[in-house]
Amino acid sequence: MKTICFYFQIHQPFRLKRYRFFDIGVDHYYYDDYNNENIIRRIVERCYLPANRIMLEMIKNANGRFKVSFSITGTALEQLEIYAPEVIDGFRELAKTGHVEFLAETYAHSLSSLADNPEEFIQQVKMHSQKIESLFNVKPTAFRNTELIYSDEIAALVASMGYHTMLTEGAKHILGWKSPNYVYHAAGNKKMKLLLKNSKLSDDIAFRFSNYEWDQFPLTADKYMSWIASYPEEEQLINLFMNYETLGELQRWETGIFEFFKALPHFAEQYNIQFSTPSEVAKKMKAVDGLSVPYPISWTNEERDISAWLGNIMQKEAFEKLYEIGERVSLMDDRSLKHDWLLLQSCDHFYYMSTKHFSDGAVQAHYSPYESPYEAFNTYMNVISDLEIRINEKIPESIDNEELNSLMTTIHNQDSKIEVLEKELKTLKSKKKKPVTSTN
Amino acid sequence: MFGWEFPPHILGGLGTASYGLTKGMSMQPDMKITFVIPKPWGDEDQSFLKIIGACNTPVVWRDVQWEYVRDRLGKAMSHEDYYAMRDHIYADFSYLRTNDLGCIDFSGRYPDNLLEEINNYSIAAGVIARTFPCDIIHSHDWLTYPAGIHAKYATGKPLVIHVHATDFDRSRGNVNPQVFGIEKDGMHHADHIITVSDLTRKTVIEKYGIDPSKVTTVHNAVEPLSKEIEGIKPLRGTDDKVVTFLGRITMQKGPEYFVEAAHRVLQKAKNVRFVMAGSGDKMNEMIRLAAARKITDRFHFTGFLKGKQVYEMLKSSDVYVMPSVSEPFGISPLEAMQVGVPTIVSKQSGCAEILTNIFKIDYWDIDAMADAIYSIITYPSLYQYLKTAGKSEVDEIKWEYAGDKVRQIYNNFAYK
Repeated sequence: MKTICFYFQIHQPFRLKRYRFFDIGVDHYYYDDYNNENIIRRIVERCYLPANRIMLEMIKNANGRFKVSFSITGTALEQLEIYAPEVIDGFRELAKTGHVEFLAETYAHSLSSLADNPEEFIQQVKMHSQKIESLFNVKPTAFRNTELIYSDEIAALVASMGYHTMLTEGAKHILGWKSPNYVYHAAGNKKMKLLLKNSKLSDDIAFRFSNYEWDQFPLTADKYMSWIASYPEEEQLINLFMNYETLGELQRWETGIFEFFKALPHFAEQYNIQFSTPSEVAKKMKAVDGLSVPYPISWTNEERDISAWLGNIMQKEAFEKLYEIGERVSLMDDRSLKHDWLLLQSCDHFYYMSTKHFSDGAVQAHYSPYESPYEAFNTYMNVISDLEIRINEKIPESIDNEELNSLMTTIHNQDSKIEVLEKELKTLKSKKKKPVTSTN
Repeated sequence: MFGWEFPPHILGGLGTASYGLTKGMSMQPDMKITFVIPKPWGDEDQSFLKIIGACNTPVVWRDVQWEYVRDRLGKAMSHEDYYAMRDHIYADFSYLRTNDLGCIDFSGRYPDNLLEEINNYSIAAGVIARTFPCDIIHSHDWLTYPAGIHAKYATGKPLVIHVHATDFDRSRGNVNPQVFGIEKDGMHHADHIITVSDLTRKTVIEKYGIDPSKVTTVHNAVEPLSKEIEGIKPLRGTDDKVVTFLGRITMQKGPEYFVEAAHRVLQKAKNVRFVMAGSGDKMNEMIRLAAARKITDRFHFTGFLKGKQVYEMLKSSDVYVMPSVSEPFGISPLEAMQVGVPTIVSKQSGCAEILTNIFKIDYWDIDAMADAIYSIITYPSLYQYLKTAGKSEVDEIKWEYAGDKVRQIYNNFAYK
């Protein structure tokens, strides 16, 4: 029996405001609240609210046969809490049905898995897991990295944190002749199960659904399920991974995307197809083979690599700078500074600096709040410069990190140390007193 | 073709553009170009076209010996052409002041009696048009529109006019009615109008009331650097970053915004110097402004730069800024990019339409300008990226392609 594994990504970065170099050292607030609120509200109205509504409806009507999974980033949750708490309530209700799985990932949808020091990555995954647990009362058991970025190294890191299921892209240059419709395991670790995105079927919905020029237009639920049913008998798993915004934002309501989704469970039943969540799949199915991925892959662009974020020298410089100051940030206990540093890690900031499609018609323009990649870089670096000034105000540059670490521990322990010493002093004093009184 | 300037003796961008375009068009095998300018100096590059000087065109019949003509004309023109034109004098112009060859004298510049010179130019154009058969008449800028119109009606051939600038660009809106009149007249008589940018196209359509279907944009391009220019060594006596403004210091070029932006940058960054290269009627005002902002220790004026000096200056720069208030095209940013200088251009410049690897800002937005300058001099990867990406981009902007587009337009009219 075939099974479909739906997973939706929900992510919103904190977009930066126009931050000029005069603001460096003067203005420590970096975010474009107006723009952020506007975008969030727009997507909430068009996508999150109606989509949550139909998901709930589908789950209730299907008596447990329809299941989905979500991966909601920490930055998205934070903004939803501020601008649209009703969406959080919607997800809570979905969580209560028991047929929805929430996946683990980095809190800020960051590229920290690619940084030299894994500490930040581990920290962020923990933070995200706590956030999900506090909001939805479930602990994530399957892991999905930012934009499905995956490599052997990352798999090992994730495994060391206790996760045994990971989602990633079924990149052609990795799979070769293999089909994404099986469970695989990570190279050298049979316990780490991998679910690979079926790009063709996922993109049929996400990108081609309303394309008049596509020879399969219009796409109906019936036709779609018949395609899945026609896969060979052994290929039992169809992973459909996409942005949640596909419903209502990328594919507008008028295209009939919601009706298409509503009809899916019915036709799935006709073709004898199930729905599962990633963790269920990992539990039920066996891995057929190992996959070796020495260089990171992702689900973005034709190349399915990380060049959209770290392709040009500007992106690389920004990335290095960001994680260079990271070590110092982690030594500090200034909450607002730490939070700023976290929000600046969202991979979107790097995506806006991409020059890949810049010359041929600016494909990214729709998603970028900037006029050009240069402006994106400019703004970001100015903000980083300000952050650096703030750090240096707290810790002089002349102290190196190791020295700083020992100083911080001293400061951190000073209270308990003083307490111990005071106690000692007291006992000594009383000891000293006693002999005096006795002699008297 | 009728033009006013041709290298090496040029006063502005018009000469450079005329040269580039004709050279690009001469690559088409079936293209023969005769280029008319008021006063050739004899050292123009005539390898790919023929240059006729209006000052060497007889308008009054004089009986002169061919040895004499040859000696007088020198390299500028052959005596056969002189006699051929002498046979095509079409009216009695003996009331005009002419020289021993029966020609009118031209300054070849932009003198005070410019309107008179324009008129004389069109008289000479009548003789030239009757002498040398052509399929298309192409007039560059308003100075030569009357000549173009005259030639059109004398020969019955279609007229294409090339708008390199309009008076709206030069005057920030305070147009000279006479110039406006000549421009409008030229546009109305033209069979087709070529503009150097969409910005100019819009001006032509909106301000001169021209039918949009008659106006096509052909963006300018840039000549590849010669070996000689590539060999020029930058002159740098300082480790400070150098930010350069290069051009006429006039209202049109927006120099005051550059000074204000410099003032802002200098409040934050210390290792930077600003250079305003060029001369113009606003120069003294700019010196006063820089002094009022108390930045003269880091803000330098070079005066007018010529030939090689221009490239020495460009090559010594880390950032090139063109904050023009209204620039029909603006070739100089392309030249800066050719030598690998990251460039900031106002959105009100025509060249911004075709360039991507540059910063584009509104000319009045000094904050944005200052910010762009600051980031280029502060973040090395941005500098490096703009340097290499800008160079490879501009190397693909060739006059040959512009010439092909002009040819497309010709094909609609010629051979009819």
